Amino acid sequence: MPERPELVFARTDGGAVTDLEEYVARGGFVALAKARAMEPDAVIAELEASGLRGRGGAFFPTGRKWAFVPKPDRLAKPHYLVVNADESEPGTFKDREIMLRVPFRFLEGCLIGAHAIAAKHVFVYIRGEYEREFEVLRSALEQMHARGDLLGDVTIVLHRGAGAYICGEETALLESLEGKRGQPRTKPPFPAIAGLYAAPTAVNNVESITTVTVVFELGAEEYAKVGVEGSTGTRVFSLSGNVVRPGNYELPHGITLRELIYDVGGGVPNGRSLKAVIPGGSSTPVLTADDIDTPLDFDSLVRAGSSIGSAGVIVIDDRCCMVQLGIRVSQFYEHESCGKCTPCRVGTRWLTQILQKIEDGRADQSDLDLLLSVCDRILGTCLCPLGDSDAIAVASYVARFRDEFQEHVHLGRCPFEGASSLEGILAPSALHGAHGHEHEAVPA
Amino acid sequence: MSETLHDRIQELRAVYPDPRSAILPALRLAQEEHGGWLPPAALREVADSLEVTPATCVAVASFYDQLRLEPVGRRLVEVCTNISCALAGAQQVVEAFERELGVEAGATSADGAFTLGTVECLGGCGWATVVAIDNRHRLRVTKDDVPAIVEELRGA
Repeated sequence: MPERPELVFARTDGGAVTDLEEYVARGGFVALAKARAMEPDAVIAELEASGLRGRGGAFFPTGRKWAFVPKPDRLAKPHYLVVNADESEPGTFKDREIMLRVPFRFLEGCLIGAHAIAAKHVFVYIRGEYEREFEVLRSALEQMHARGDLLGDVTIVLHRGAGAYICGEETALLESLEGKRGQPRTKPPFPAIAGLYAAPTAVNNVESITTVTVVFELGAEEYAKVGVEGSTGTRVFSLSGNVVRPGNYELPHGITLRELIYDVGGGVPNGRSLKAVIPGGSSTPVLTADDIDTPLDFDSLVRAGSSIGSAGVIVIDDRCCMVQLGIRVSQFYEHESCGKCTPCRVGTRWLTQILQKIEDGRADQSDLDLLLSVCDRILGTCLCPLGDSDAIAVASYVARFRDEFQEHVHLGRCPFEGASSLEGILAPSALHGAHGHEHEAVPA
Repeated sequence: MSETLHDRIQELRAVYPDPRSAILPALRLAQEEHGGWLPPAALREVADSLEVTPATCVAVASFYDQLRLEPVGRRLVEVCTNISCALAGAQQVVEAFERELGVEAGATSADGAFTLGTVECLGGCGWATVVAIDNRHRLRVTKDDVPAIVEELRGA
């Protein structure tokens, strides 16, 4: 069994610490006091030294992100810290557990961040579907209000989303927070210069912010001893799919897929064999059973042809038809496309339809080429990575399971003959149309 | 106009440096007060309270899945059918709800009691299948659990 250091979930005894007095008794808000005794530049330097990188999916160094925010004397506008709690990447459910179990460690990180970038306002954009998490944070904030010294002159606002995956993209999130449709912005300018209300803004993920507290609890040097070079510290892995013990597991970066799936997760149930693993949420390229010894850190996953993404690990056994998986993933991106960029709005729909044609046995060889061609034409052509995510995922299913796609075409039917674990997959029933935009025609 | 809704929206406005940021929370409040959806009157109330046009409110509301421009049932049953829930048999859970509620996914029952929907990832992949009932998540729901859930909802 791999070592299981608990940093994000430290001193919770496996449960939740939702009472302020209890959190303080367990060493809470010592990190904040430490950070507030330091100059903002020193706080950022400490973070740089810790090697902490963003946990939302892009893995951008947190300290560097904060260093990009101009000092108030250089840009005399209000500065904002915005926390991305819009967790919606399929396969990912870690941020909600962090908010439920260590709300104060998370809010403490918000205050450290506010100090580092000289923000008087923190906005926590929490997805609308997370009702209980919102209530836990609201209660935690109320308790903190009763102790004025904690918040100081900082206001933390909990802002609820209303159901749109795209709002997890930082500029779409800012648009949404400004009371608009959540459509991504053109970059530059980047949020650090012109973010919320066109003012300097840092946008950070919940786990990143919570880990900021951890860095100041331990000190950067101690923190950096956990994990591996380039991917320091722990990661809260969300494990789901065909696995005996699904759930969130905090583990050091660099443990292998085998350790996570078999030692921690208990392996694949019902005597089935492992077929595929999506290692970092649905937007990341698929891996096969042959990749089982890949370490779960940024560099190793890049070398394996994938990405650590949001660390949402989806385990898929041998009953799954990869064409059906492609359809379901593509339906998701099609439904969540905001419609602003044509290649994404049209391309995601094309991918779904071509995959459906392959699944139904109506496709010929040219459809397989068309599928990959559409992927190519989406990639790199849009304002945000949503369309790319669909293209990257689908292209990886074809690349890694080419024979299975080929077999659909040759047989003129699905080789699983109705026995796939994803048989009968259902698209979301949009109650008022897909974001109100009309779809362009799709090739028959 | 309901005085309380207007007042509550004014409170929301005060939270933000720019009052326009209050649109989403204001629409959520209005929806709660109007039986789970946003009829034209509700959109107008929000627009008046925030000094924006009703069209602005429609443009915003139509973007978000949780804001509804058509009536919904008194109880809202939403089943996640994304990858991890699908691997756990979400399709069968949806079928069971369709059978027990007598309504197809995406529709509202004739008596207006239930709307059944299939939705994108609810962030509970490790506790599949996730079913949101009036936005409260039930975890590890199997098709065999559905009759009891529906009985409970009908009794409530």
